[in-house]
Amino acid sequence: MALGGGERRPVRLGQLEEGSSLWQDAWRRLRKNRAAVVAGALLVALLVACVIVPEWSAWRYDKADLKLGATPPSWQHWMGTDFFGRDLMARVFFGGRVSFAVGIVSTLVSFTIGVSWGGIAGYFGGKVDAIMMRVVDALYTFPFLILVILLMVFFANDRTFLYRGFKAGLGVFVADPGDPSYFPIFQILIVFGALGAISWLTMARIVRGQVIALRGQPFVEAARSIGVGHAALIFRHLIPNAIGPIIVYTTLTIPEVMMTEAFLSFLGLGTQEPLSSWGLLASSGADTMDLYPWQLMFPALMLALTLISFNFLGDGLRDALDPRIRKD
Amino acid sequence: MISYALRRLLSIVPTLLLVATTVFVLVRLVPGGPFDQERAVPIEVERALNAKYHLDDPVLTQYGDWLWALITRADLGPTFKYPNRTVNEIIALSLPVSMQLGSLAMIFALAVGVPLGVIGAVRQNTWKDTAAMAAAMVGVSVPRFVLAPLLILVFSLNLYLFPVARWETWRHMVLPVICAGLPMAAYIARLTRGGMLEVIRSDFIRTARAKGLSERQVILRHALRGGMLPVVSYLGPGFSSLLVGSLVVEKIFNIPGMGRYFVEAAMNRDYNLVMGVMLVYGCLLMLFNAVVDVAYAFIDPRVELR
Repeated sequence: MALGGGERRPVRLGQLEEGSSLWQDAWRRLRKNRAAVVAGALLVALLVACVIVPEWSAWRYDKADLKLGATPPSWQHWMGTDFFGRDLMARVFFGGRVSFAVGIVSTLVSFTIGVSWGGIAGYFGGKVDAIMMRVVDALYTFPFLILVILLMVFFANDRTFLYRGFKAGLGVFVADPGDPSYFPIFQILIVFGALGAISWLTMARIVRGQVIALRGQPFVEAARSIGVGHAALIFRHLIPNAIGPIIVYTTLTIPEVMMTEAFLSFLGLGTQEPLSSWGLLASSGADTMDLYPWQLMFPALMLALTLISFNFLGDGLRDALDPRIRKD
Repeated sequence: MISYALRRLLSIVPTLLLVATTVFVLVRLVPGGPFDQERAVPIEVERALNAKYHLDDPVLTQYGDWLWALITRADLGPTFKYPNRTVNEIIALSLPVSMQLGSLAMIFALAVGVPLGVIGAVRQNTWKDTAAMAAAMVGVSVPRFVLAPLLILVFSLNLYLFPVARWETWRHMVLPVICAGLPMAAYIARLTRGGMLEVIRSDFIRTARAKGLSERQVILRHALRGGMLPVVSYLGPGFSSLLVGSLVVEKIFNIPGMGRYFVEAAMNRDYNLVMGVMLVYGCLLMLFNAVVDVAYAFIDPRVELR
């Protein structure tokens, strides 16, 4: 938190009470944090590049040129080519799309579950809270990633089951639902729905703490007195007031999930060829790094840059939006 | 205190049973068996194999037999893919290696992370703090499977300092331990700094200073104890992430630990091996968490044991 701006400014209480001034205040603080600003700009640039480069590039991510084979970076192929003569730059940026998509989808899932779980537990308190948080504690220590690995292994070998579901359900999404090249990306998305479904624990804890702190406040009492129901109280009144920490933690969940995707792809369980993702590219690059080091360097660099940027941005947001919550 | 520790340990048993059952159900639910992949075996052979390993019994009977053997004889059964080896033998060979790697990595993480965090907190907002925290941020963000090739590239292939793979002498252990421990060290540094910053501002530290203790004593004897609490409570989840990380480290450095068998066994539908490794993982993790809980109570006088 001390990076860049390096200044820890105490917040006067009056500032926190007015919603709009909180945002202005936060924005001002965030802009002063050089590391966070650079990280944010870098992320936007990377995201735009991932959208544009695969479209505009002269090379397709899956267009092989076996005669060419692996070549170092050159004017034609800025990042070189891989063993099959595919343009690495197109593959890296296409892989970026997959990585970002996975990060965002899983985080949305974890966001939805975590906010609802924590909100409900904190609002009702008592036995409900005790039971719900006991579940969170129990899940916290178990290595669920290992279970996910197990599931991935099983479903990777059984394509028919999932495939039929996608064909029936997602026909709208794709031009030709029968095209098997769409399958891998659906498989990833499903798994990262599952990953999101198990990475909501910290979010639930944070939201619960916030809701408990807020629920005794007069505005809650006022809302209740005019007959606002439980659900509306939680989701219309309490949670919007806890949005600062929620945004911060969401920003920190995205890199975590992207790292997990890369990890699974590295083990050969995530994204499958001919698609690409940073984890998959780094995995095949690591196999041949003594001969073709650029095949490892570019995807690894992109992955590391993205993760570092998300973490710096998240830290900056934390300092800007809610200086009271403790780091980590 | 002792009764708390005992109760905490006993509470592991039902959870472990639950894990065992979940994994059993999961493994059997999945289509495909251990003998119907890759090369096609004649149907008679497959039947004979299934009969030999009792895979043609009703599932409930299989579950009962497996659990009975486990509880009465601590027997995890035969493996399907490594002929003439039992799951117990494989675990007995690979578990010590994984334990070595894990404990060395954890020691490394603490030895690097805690001092870094203390420096960050004591010298808050100086270049030392900034440098330590920037390093920690990079450490948190760079995945192990990127770190490992980089380490190999620099220290093995260019400087010829350490071997590329395997697990024999201490020289073999240096790179895997760094690789497994570094992300954890970075996380611990961040936690230590946060915890220390909070403690340093509290009243009892002011008291310690007021009674004339040297700054060194204030930090090392008083502040560190409180500042370490977030680190201690992170050790449980940290251990679990180390477990997952060891899958990668063992694969890259070709270390004959349990992680390597796990993915392979799952791919091969080697039911018994998958369940055995899962159970050992679960057991280790819960034991470790129990120890951490008890240790937490020791360190923090405010915690009441119930």
